[in-house]
Amino acid sequence: MIEMVARQSYGRLVAYLSARSGDVAGAEDALGDAFLAALERWPADGIPDKPEAWLLRVARNRMIDAGRRNKVRLEAAGQLEHIARDAEVLAAAGEEFPDERLALLFVCAHPAIDPAARTPLMLQTVLGVEAGRIASAFLVSPAAMSQRLVRAKNKIREARVPFRVPELPEWTERLSFVLDAIYAAYTTGWESLAEPSSTHHALAGEAMLLGRMLVRWMPAEPEPAGLLALMLHCEARRNARYTREGAFVPLDRQDPTLWSRPLIAEAEDLLHAAAACKSMGRYQLEAAIQSIHAYRATSGKIDWPEILLLYEGLVRLAPGIGSLTGRAVGLAQAGRPAEALAALREIPAERIAGYQPYWAARGHVLELLGRGEEARQALARAASLTEDAAMRAHLLERAQSAGG
Amino acid sequence: MKYALLVHQSQEHFERRDDQATLAAGRAYGEALQAAGVFVAGAGLASPQAATTITVRDAKRQVHDGPYAETKEFLAGFGIIEVPDLDAALEWAARHPAASFAKIEVRPLLGSHFPVAAPKAS
Repeated sequence: MIEMVARQSYGRLVAYLSARSGDVAGAEDALGDAFLAALERWPADGIPDKPEAWLLRVARNRMIDAGRRNKVRLEAAGQLEHIARDAEVLAAAGEEFPDERLALLFVCAHPAIDPAARTPLMLQTVLGVEAGRIASAFLVSPAAMSQRLVRAKNKIREARVPFRVPELPEWTERLSFVLDAIYAAYTTGWESLAEPSSTHHALAGEAMLLGRMLVRWMPAEPEPAGLLALMLHCEARRNARYTREGAFVPLDRQDPTLWSRPLIAEAEDLLHAAAACKSMGRYQLEAAIQSIHAYRATSGKIDWPEILLLYEGLVRLAPGIGSLTGRAVGLAQAGRPAEALAALREIPAERIAGYQPYWAARGHVLELLGRGEEARQALARAASLTEDAAMRAHLLERAQSAGG
Repeated sequence: MKYALLVHQSQEHFERRDDQATLAAGRAYGEALQAAGVFVAGAGLASPQAATTITVRDAKRQVHDGPYAETKEFLAGFGIIEVPDLDAALEWAARHPAASFAKIEVRPLLGSHFPVAAPKAS
């Protein structure tokens, strides 16, 4: 029961306390103490009527004590008094306290925060994901990760990053930082598989939880729905991505009967609702591309000209290495391999050096053009750039057949 | 909350600081800060060549000609503003006329060490 309250309330309580004190680390510490007190007291005294109000009151007292011990500046002391009064009123009234988690998300993804800290900060503060797990998902040592998080929280407190949901004109850009940080949680899980053949993404569940929260909080915004649809489409293919023996299966050869129908249906509903807003964005386009791949389950075919069209739009909105490579693949699959090769050659050399999908695409296009030896080289290079052993084996196999 | 806006710029831009347009833009910006009631202090700095650096070690005073560090871009001016939070400070920093060619570093002031004049009410 205490764990259940903890999971459901942690982010809300951290957000509420830190929005009022400006001190995320202080709020987390105080709340940690409050949960410890609950573990001691609740089994003996019974669970209080308003568990969250109880936790809030204890945490608030801890923050005031800590504030006194640290002889905080007068200003901060004033804020603590303010929290105390707020918490008292809320506890007495037994009311729901305001949900500040959305503001906390925007703080975590604030442009003044180190981009490498944004996603970990969100996972830790909003969802209460353990720092050790975040560190292992991001392939850094727990010490390095905790240092990164501490630095970000100090910055929030010292520079006074405001807890607010931004308004126009900064809205669009600020929201894109939040979306990018959530998507990074999804793709980070992807890259950090403990077992190469496992299809489990370390943080995929957390990323989707954040995505669902965001959609609930801003139902009129199409891009959060686009992002959630994108993650759902990828998630739907979890069981089709590797064979039973652990071999990698590329998307266009996956068995559609292994895809999750309910997840695809949910993604499609979100995408339709988003389209009604008539405001196209990066994540809606990426989800739409995945939607066309998913339609193969019904039609048995992939509409490559349509995918190419969507990539053209994506390149205009977000000309990243991923969308440029995707457009080239679209050209090749739509029967225009010579143009595909030209498009690949236009990508600046410094962006392609370590990007595996570029070399895989290049190998594929060269193979279509009958340039076997060059194709073999590109595919071998792609193989050398992946961390996933199953993917590496797949690329090496293709390199061999292209060269042979 | 007080923030320092530290303007770092290159020699090339520094040499153009007395251009009519640059001066006018600087003056207008200062007036805007005053009008908004956020201005606390601020000044342009003379060239790093005019700087003298001093250290006291073992009660011995050492005086060097020149700035603390010779860098291609250097501190050319500063402002201190009082605003509610970082977003407000960043907004003012972005409006600084030098922001389009120089770099404006925004640093919170600790506040308790030196008394700084309160901003004038507008």
